[in-house]
Amino acid sequence: MQISFTLNGRPTTMDVDPATLVAELLRERLNLTGTHIGCDTSQCGACVVHLDGLPVKSCTLLAPALDGATLVTIEGLQGAPGSNRLHPMQEAFRENHGLQCGFCTPGMVMTAVALARDKPGLTEAEVRHGLEGNICRCTGYQNIVLSVMAGADAMHAAKGE
Amino acid sequence: MKSFAYHQPGGIPEAAKLLSSVAESKLVAGGMTLIPTLKQRLAQPEALIDLSSLADLRGISDDGATITIGAMTPHAQVAASELVRGKIPALAALASMIGDPAVRNRGTIGGSVANNDPAADYPAGTLGLGATIVTNAREIAADAFFLGLFETALEAGEIITGIRFPVPLKAGYAKFKAPASRYALVGVFVAQLPAGVRVAVTGAGAGVFRVPPMEAALSNNFDASAIAAIKIDADGLTSDIHAEADYRAHLVTVMAKRAVGAALG
Amino acid sequence: MGNVIGIGAAPKRKEDQRFLTGRGNYVSDIKRPGMTAGVFVRSPHGHAVIRGIDKTAALAAPGVIAVLSGEDVAADGLGSLPCGWGISDAQGVPMKEPPFPMLAQGKARFVGDMVAFVVAETAEQANSAAELLNVDYEVLPSVVGVLEAVRPGAPQLFDDVPNNICCDWELGDKAAVETAFRKAAHVARLSLVNNRLIGNPMEPRAAIAEYEPGTDRHTLWSTSQFPHVVRFLMGALVLNIPQHKLRVVAPDVGGGFGVKQFHYGEEAVITWAARRVMRPVKWVASRSEGYVSDRHGRDHVTEAELALDEHGKFLAFRVKTLANMGGYLSTFGPNIPTNLYGPLLGGVYTTPAIYCNVKVVFTNTVPVDAYRGAGRPEATFVLERIVDVAATEMGIDRVELRRRNMIPKEAYPYQTPVLVQYDSGDPIGCLDGALVAADVKNFGVRKAASARKGKFRGLGYSTYVEACGLAPSRFAGRLGARGGLYESATVRVHPTGQVTVMIGTHNHGQGHETTFAQIVSDKLGVAFENIDIVFGDTDRVQFGMGTYGSRSLVVGGAALSKATDKVIVKGKKIAAHLLEASEMDIQFEAGKFSVAGTDRTKTFEEIAGAAYVPHDYPLEVLEPGLEEQAYYDPVNFTYPGGCHIAEVEVDPETGTVTLVNYTAVDDVGTVINPMIVEGQLHGGIVQGVGQALYENAVYDEGSGQLLSGSLMDYCMPRADHLPMMTVATHSTLCTHTPMGVKGCGEVGTIGSPAAVINAVVDALSHLGVTHVDMPATPNRIWRLLQNASLPVAAE
Repeated sequence: MQISFTLNGRPTTMDVDPATLVAELLRERLNLTGTHIGCDTSQCGACVVHLDGLPVKSCTLLAPALDGATLVTIEGLQGAPGSNRLHPMQEAFRENHGLQCGFCTPGMVMTAVALARDKPGLTEAEVRHGLEGNICRCTGYQNIVLSVMAGADAMHAAKGE
Repeated sequence: MKSFAYHQPGGIPEAAKLLSSVAESKLVAGGMTLIPTLKQRLAQPEALIDLSSLADLRGISDDGATITIGAMTPHAQVAASELVRGKIPALAALASMIGDPAVRNRGTIGGSVANNDPAADYPAGTLGLGATIVTNAREIAADAFFLGLFETALEAGEIITGIRFPVPLKAGYAKFKAPASRYALVGVFVAQLPAGVRVAVTGAGAGVFRVPPMEAALSNNFDASAIAAIKIDADGLTSDIHAEADYRAHLVTVMAKRAVGAALG
Repeated sequence: MGNVIGIGAAPKRKEDQRFLTGRGNYVSDIKRPGMTAGVFVRSPHGHAVIRGIDKTAALAAPGVIAVLSGEDVAADGLGSLPCGWGISDAQGVPMKEPPFPMLAQGKARFVGDMVAFVVAETAEQANSAAELLNVDYEVLPSVVGVLEAVRPGAPQLFDDVPNNICCDWELGDKAAVETAFRKAAHVARLSLVNNRLIGNPMEPRAAIAEYEPGTDRHTLWSTSQFPHVVRFLMGALVLNIPQHKLRVVAPDVGGGFGVKQFHYGEEAVITWAARRVMRPVKWVASRSEGYVSDRHGRDHVTEAELALDEHGKFLAFRVKTLANMGGYLSTFGPNIPTNLYGPLLGGVYTTPAIYCNVKVVFTNTVPVDAYRGAGRPEATFVLERIVDVAATEMGIDRVELRRRNMIPKEAYPYQTPVLVQYDSGDPIGCLDGALVAADVKNFGVRKAASARKGKFRGLGYSTYVEACGLAPSRFAGRLGARGGLYESATVRVHPTGQVTVMIGTHNHGQGHETTFAQIVSDKLGVAFENIDIVFGDTDRVQFGMGTYGSRSLVVGGAALSKATDKVIVKGKKIAAHLLEASEMDIQFEAGKFSVAGTDRTKTFEEIAGAAYVPHDYPLEVLEPGLEEQAYYDPVNFTYPGGCHIAEVEVDPETGTVTLVNYTAVDDVGTVINPMIVEGQLHGGIVQGVGQALYENAVYDEGSGQLLSGSLMDYCMPRADHLPMMTVATHSTLCTHTPMGVKGCGEVGTIGSPAAVINAVVDALSHLGVTHVDMPATPNRIWRLLQNASLPVAAE
């Protein structure tokens, strides 16, 4: 079937087998390998992308769901358009050493951006709860939590400017 | 995952027709259970009938004494709904405890109720509130709907369109999460309704069930102390690597008390 | 000009830009022209005779290119997967070492044992064909637990391994220990289980292999922590491929924790298959597949006894352990519960006599090998638990008992009775620091506050030491290592003064690209951004043993330090020539070569330029170029350690244990990048917390099925399980590594399980609870409380 959607800001139309996961479509056909697959039970969150602005697990999403939708992946996240800078949340992860091996990172960042967008002034407890669908084996989460709190502040500060 | 034919019906009648006419077909709502099953090749349907395009099935309406939630309404929407939070806050709280944020953006109430996973949350809320399951063919009382492990009263070709929840006087949900899966190891929904108190338990057995002794005790005195001494028989409860049956039985009482506490807020 | 960023600074990591923008390069991201997909058919039975494999239907399935099985492996005369360590019993009898075929031959010995490999055009076709493969199994009873496996009449995995015992290993002076026990005023006894774990790096294992007939070269991309060792073991011992015809690449790897430091059969099968089908073959494990094929960790059953005098001085320690090896010997398998366990039983204490006996046992489970900490968390758990038991039984404060027995700072170097000699340390200093950092003096206030909420609060200590920086080759050789464990680094200075380092360790989260660049920046005065670190490719890096055992900085960093020293030596020679001075008079400081006592200088860039683009160059005495290589073999292990204090709250109603505070004060020697060290400690601690509270690999006895075979059933710690931790360092310098570093990758995981369980036991001690096995799940705690609260039966 043919689907049309906006991918990281660009209109995209393609033929897909409906039995294709969005994570596979991104990785295998669109060469967007930043979206990772870390499990087969929708637990780990390494594959989180934004579908119409909401974080979803792209390993548990069939390609037809993209039709007419807007999809943003880690590769589509950026700072001020045209600035070639990192998004404030990405920057916060770097500043706070919120990543080690990098495998869970794209999903963590995408989840964090959505979490922060919804709620200014996130508390530690809210961040920890908001990350319950994302597993990291390297960091013990401490610096991820600090990153998300800092990134959220930076996102809202940028909005206020 | 194996290939399948994919159908996007334009309306419920078309969906129902496809479901009864296409061999080896399955409905897919949010897909949170079905898609992992397909990925792991544990199910290999010939066709999927995707309900996501049916906008009528999405949304929450206020009918005064009841709230109706469309079958395709995602958990996040229920959790955030001002209407649900105002009238049945326990139901909004239950929705906010399902899975994780990403799962709540896709998973739907209709899908959860139709699947009737023995550790899912919505069956507890549905049975606990004595809700009515509305399908394209009829209305089914929750008491007659959940028939045990992944079994419901739904017949071939029958599609849930929404769930109608009575607005309780008070209600509470307490969930002891299985730490890995985040499903309910034991979840108890308690509702005080004009007709009496209902207590529904998920996670503990092969399917959601009510606890009449607790209901009687709470109808008399809606306070956690009223049920503190009520013990559940461990016979027939689930024993697995996460929890033994007698522990689950114990948790039912603990969670029921906490649900009452939540209801009394 | 950029900045020199040296040792002790905390620059942001070089590797982060690519990971944060989704531009990492993991094995599963790689595509090769004409690539096919491979799928392993694995035994669904724990123990079964393979009577035959009918490939007909699978071969006829759409898209199928090849179906390979054990018969094909045998027909091609391929070798067994090698074990890197050979241990012996007290009489010197070598361990039983049955072959470990890359595809099962005759028998499958665990659920997940590889039976066949299907290659097809697509993964979907390979999966469909795999379902059509008809394997005729004769199912045998399985044995999964070590206690069951050594019982008479237990199912036998191998005909020539009686009672499933691979080796009955011992260490220490048995007679001296017996004598000491006879004189003891008190003997503390403890039986415990060290639960089986599954490492679960977030990136599942994957591999791609390709064969180029034009050059007769094989390339394997693998999620490996040690590509050179894979090339050596697989090329030389399994597939008979000359080293120069085999390239192994381990690009970005998404976490390892030991799980990816073995030579896996999958790597050999894929490399072999790519040559047979003459096309690239790719395999990516699913998480579920990882559960039944990634090597597992821990899995001990132990009885320990500690003898003390009337003042609480430790007189002797005796430990008997049954250690699970799984169905075959993995790369480091038998080394872990023996050499990396027994020598750590001295801990930070002056115990004069120690005896340890370990029976290494085969079972119908996934092979067991190193997982973060590997042997040392198990030793620490036994020791730190029994110290608490002894303290309680003798009525001596736990901290005081530890203090009375700790090795004082002045006593280092300290020779233990179990082989190892600690070069430096200050366990009392770490303890004192942790007591303050954890605000132990106000614990009573917090405990009372918990009690008012109906919760039990407990505090637990773990004062520990580990041995890492694997490994002093001579020492390792005496213990049974079949190869040396040195490391190498090449420092290539480019004509314009930038530097590329080629190093044999592998970065999969540890921040090597940053830490190693700091070392070079510090030593050569080169700007941090002008230094790149290359690793993970046998075609680009000379040789190396990879990353495991907290060795990268300790051994690899030392090689790097040596290589930079050589660059300076050569630079001085060039400078001497250019500055027309004696080499002896040349000084190198802050990136400048100068003649002592003059203002005549040459910058590092000028020297680099002169080395490569020589005009007036003393060719007769000096070769052009500025590139130096060094190999480094440590003379001893390093001994990081410290004090961890865990604080937990137990909800007696549900049995839930919540970790509420965690404090670690660790001695990791010199700290190169404190930000990275803290990150390593956080992650390590949480893996230990996972073992203590959440993680457990559970097999069904009899069928050999893994019951905890997915993330739905095997509980990984998540963000909402954890508090903010307080980590700090209290360093003494390692006396034998060039920079005084000790390593920090495993300390967190080694110290934490005992601290957490000691805290849980402390919280419940008023109920008479003296031990809790791991993981301390709500169900387990509730059960203990049920039993504890039972009225004492009247006799």
